[in-house]
Amino acid sequence: MSSSWVPATLVDAWRETPGSRTLVLDARLEPALAGQHLDIRLTADDGYTAQRSYSLGSPAGAERFQVTVDRLDQGEVSPYLVDGLQVGHQIEVRGPVGRWFVWEPTQTEPIQLLAGGSGIVPLMSMIRTRELAGGTAPMRLLYSVRAPGDRFYTDELDDLAARGRIDLQYVFTREVPEGWPARAGRITGALLHELTLPPEDGPTIYVCGPTGFVEAATKPLMQFGHEASRIKTERFGPTG
Amino acid sequence: MGIFSPGFTGRRREPRSDLPPGQYLENGFPVLSFGPTPHVDADRWQLTLTTETGERRTWDWQGMLDLGPELVENTDIHCVTAWSKLGTTWRGVPLDRFLDGLQTEARFVMAGSADGYTTNLPLQEILGRAWVAYEFDGAPLAPEHGGPVRLLVPHLYFWKSAKWLTSLRLMVDDAPGFWEQNGYNMHGDPWREERYW
Ligand SMILES: Cc1cc2nc3c(=O)[nH]c(=O)nc-3n(C[C@H](O)[C@H](O)[C@H](O)COP(=O)(O)OP(=O)(O)OC[C@H]3O[C@@H](n4cnc5c(N)ncnc54)[C@H](O)[C@@H]3O)c2cc1C
Repeated sequence: MSSSWVPATLVDAWRETPGSRTLVLDARLEPALAGQHLDIRLTADDGYTAQRSYSLGSPAGAERFQVTVDRLDQGEVSPYLVDGLQVGHQIEVRGPVGRWFVWEPTQTEPIQLLAGGSGIVPLMSMIRTRELAGGTAPMRLLYSVRAPGDRFYTDELDDLAARGRIDLQYVFTREVPEGWPARAGRITGALLHELTLPPEDGPTIYVCGPTGFVEAATKPLMQFGHEASRIKTERFGPTG
Repeated sequence: MGIFSPGFTGRRREPRSDLPPGQYLENGFPVLSFGPTPHVDADRWQLTLTTETGERRTWDWQGMLDLGPELVENTDIHCVTAWSKLGTTWRGVPLDRFLDGLQTEARFVMAGSADGYTTNLPLQEILGRAWVAYEFDGAPLAPEHGGPVRLLVPHLYFWKSAKWLTSLRLMVDDAPGFWEQNGYNMHGDPWREERYW
């Protein structure tokens, strides 16, 4: 891993949802592992800088680095990445960072992924990495979002689920799709019990999202009997 | 000089001498941990210190309080994920008091937590600048912030301030702790931006 900043060119970008955008970056960095993040740095014309961390959604080893940024309206960095940065322009990046919250294709045990909001990003990297490797270990994703329109990577995830490559469970916290069998609401112990792999299956669990989501998910999982050492977490921020 | 981001103005215009390079001011208190938050009962909490020769000392809650806590005021903390929180207030026992009268050649200490977390620190450098803390902002330390007891070493990145502290192991030679094995710097000085390997 490199601890110095390098230039990254935005080579492609698209809306993931109205409030978020996927950025494809070309940068001379070492290949990433699934689950790692980059630090991104912006510099104003007077030299003022601001940096934040963004998980990679692209699969391990991908030549181009892909992040998906959710806009926090009052935020300093994310509005610029979602609405300001233009294709062809450059920012600075550092990384890839982190060796703990990673999934490697050599892992053969069942995997339970839990995503809250933009916490889906590094988990998507794990899903994509497993697809490219043709992995066969069971992978289940529980993805909690506010409303149907807030989902990232919807077509890709639904397609993987339809082909039986992953087991996909959505939880909608504010608004459900038409005809959805459950009501809107945050994850509960009962819901987790019903929708996630049981301890007997021996899964490794990856939980990523806002701090409140990570806390709400990990407490019941430990009560079900999952070993704390098998639950890896990544906390994105203070609110949820 | 770096690369400019056309149209990016940023929020904080005036340079601040109290923010290390690359850090931004945070008024909340974000959480960073590698796993679930363990729930440690203060009544059953113990801290064990082991020297390089295997000598051990153990304190329980009252034993810790008996060493003489102090108020740690106006302290700035810096997380490697780039937020800094300025002027925080803690209560804790200076680390030195746990080492009083001890014979040791150790130059490093490995702090250990109830959840298996570890982090290595340079012993001489942190003496007088580290506390075993159990209150934040006048209230018992919340579990997600490391309660009931965490290490507080404000002058290093905050992953060095081990949450849910239960052990201190003195070491003659340095060895990497948890994040230090997972991509993060052995020392972690925010003013020198020692974030990663
Ligand atoms: C390891 C890691 C990986 C991350 N990966 C992603 C990712 O893939 N996609 C993504 O969109 N974000 C990700 N984040 C969050 C990201 O780093 C920024 O915190 C986020 O974009 C907000 O930055 P900002 O400058 O726009 O807002 P700021 O100016 O930093 O904050 C504005 C206000 O919102 C609060 N706030 C800060 N962060 C959050 C948050 N995440 N949620 C809610 N409130 C917040 C602050 O306390 C502040 O009051 C990641 C964070 C970490 C630590």
